[in-house]
Amino acid sequence: MSWKDYIKQQMFPLFTCSGCTHGTVTNAFARVADELKLDKNKTVIVCAIGCAGRIPTFLDFPVLRVTHGRALAFATGIKLSRPDVKVIALMGDGDALAIGGNHFIHAARRNIDMTAIVSRNEIYGMTGGQYAPTTPAGARATTAPYGMLEPAFDTCKVAEAAGATYVARSDAYHVQHLQRTLKAALQHKGFAVVEVLTSCPTQFGRRNNLADPAKMLERIKEMTVTKAQAEKMTPEELAGKFVIGEFVNTSRPELTEIYAQAFAGMGV
Amino acid sequence: MSRRELIQGNEACARGALKAGVRFVAGYPITPSTDVVEFLAQELPKVGGRFIQMEDEIASMGAILGASVMGVKAMTVTSGPGFDLMQENIAFGAMAQLPCVVVNVQRSGPSTGGATLPGQGDLIQAKYGTSGDSPRIVLYPNSVEEIYRITVKAFNYAEQYMTPVILLMDEIIGHMREDVDLEAIDVGEIVERRRTDIPPSEYRPYEADETGIPILMPFGSGYRYVVQGMHHDIYGMPNTSPQNVQATIYQINSKIDRHKEKIWLWEENQTEDADILLVAVGCVSRSALEVVGQARKKGIKVGLFRPITIWPFPEEPLARALARVKTVIVPEMNWGQLIHIVKEVKPDSVTAVPINKYDGTLIMPEEILKVVEEVK
Repeated sequence: MSWKDYIKQQMFPLFTCSGCTHGTVTNAFARVADELKLDKNKTVIVCAIGCAGRIPTFLDFPVLRVTHGRALAFATGIKLSRPDVKVIALMGDGDALAIGGNHFIHAARRNIDMTAIVSRNEIYGMTGGQYAPTTPAGARATTAPYGMLEPAFDTCKVAEAAGATYVARSDAYHVQHLQRTLKAALQHKGFAVVEVLTSCPTQFGRRNNLADPAKMLERIKEMTVTKAQAEKMTPEELAGKFVIGEFVNTSRPELTEIYAQAFAGMGV
Repeated sequence: MSRRELIQGNEACARGALKAGVRFVAGYPITPSTDVVEFLAQELPKVGGRFIQMEDEIASMGAILGASVMGVKAMTVTSGPGFDLMQENIAFGAMAQLPCVVVNVQRSGPSTGGATLPGQGDLIQAKYGTSGDSPRIVLYPNSVEEIYRITVKAFNYAEQYMTPVILLMDEIIGHMREDVDLEAIDVGEIVERRRTDIPPSEYRPYEADETGIPILMPFGSGYRYVVQGMHHDIYGMPNTSPQNVQATIYQINSKIDRHKEKIWLWEENQTEDADILLVAVGCVSRSALEVVGQARKKGIKVGLFRPITIWPFPEEPLARALARVKTVIVPEMNWGQLIHIVKEVKPDSVTAVPINKYDGTLIMPEEILKVVEEVK
């Protein structure tokens, strides 16, 4: 087995634009799946709508690709009815945090054992470049022709406040870091969230003087700082930066185990 | 020994679901349906099942389909406003061909309407509430005993035809108590989902066999494929070619059409010699049955045709009953929904007379009898 065995290469090419880094996340995920030797028959991938929601159909697992934003709702039914199966949700930022925001916070509150990987490309790519709840203030989108007027979500803070027991951020530039982070998240017991900064040259870049895929990767490199670096920076210096690393790695009772304990001896 | 109990319709529904083998229920509180999930929250752990109260009805519907893809019999329960929210994932279930049962204990609508008031406003929505064209099996019992049997039937149909089944009730039959011995009721065969022993390497999940119905192996059982709401090929992979889209939409809809005669359930009362036919469902059909007797005492030949399967509508049985009458009266607690289907079926020679009441109270026998006497 190699990491390539976790991808249905016979279904290639991917539909993604050149320069898109969702493929980088998929690649990193497949490599970590191989490192951890994930059982393809005892793991279920759940995804939904958008570019990040479609790529997982190329992974060689049972894949449930659902309605926009609802990946974690379906995933909850999968995990609670079959706690022995590993559940991984791969989502985009609009999918997980806008239309799926309610399910995101409640899955975190329940601390149900699953991994939620949120690719943050800061735009709605599939529908043609509308603003997301993660689009930076001032950035242009087709529905923000005068620049983004709303503030953006801090996914990791939302996840932490809602009760996720593993929360980390990585990005598509620092791929080694990304793999280490995904590996830790996939080994975590409880609700684990990894936000991955990705780049969309076609829909975000083109409207924001960053149409060059390399420039967009440079931008990720420039706007990310490690936790150690961040500790030495002033709030002014941290403006517009994304801290990468682990923010939460704790343990509290996981939902399907709580159920099993509560009903021990009651059923079959 | 008879173990007769005074049982509510909602409890009979919950107990019917357990009889059918439900093992996963997700729900969100909404009057007048909540008794069903309260009962199941209590009882499911005792049979190794799971109940969860989700953050909303969208999530409840998603969660039960998540359980369904794992091969588990699953159900959710709601009422009008919650049923609205469930539509997107009902369509997903129909498109992805995942069985489940959705119970809608109808209340007076639209919108918040009257939480504790009965209504019958969701007959059309139950079939046509979602985008695109997808099949729906919709059942509507009218007594506590029948709720128990038809709930089992709903699960059977879902697993057999691989599609969401809607079980309509209404506030009156849901909260009505009747004296029944549920244990003594013969519910017939309990249907389990079909399985295949085709090796995973040769398995094509969405390739329907001679029944027109696919065999979807549970996730986690060694079969890896994609289940999705996007147009997909026989492997479940995205495919929007015109030929594929046409074939897929034909398959999901025709699988119900071709088996409709096995899905149709209805009851006729004194239709053989009737001059006037009443067509009524749910709580209203109980008033209508009363009218058949009252009218006949006055020498007016009235019969009752009661569809139990609302969709696919038992058109041919109704057409046969209508062939003999002069007038058909359709009492229903809405602005007029059932009557549209009746009008599609009836010959031009038969006059269709609506009785619509939408004040949140039951149509009483005397209200129907008055119309019967007017048209006789």
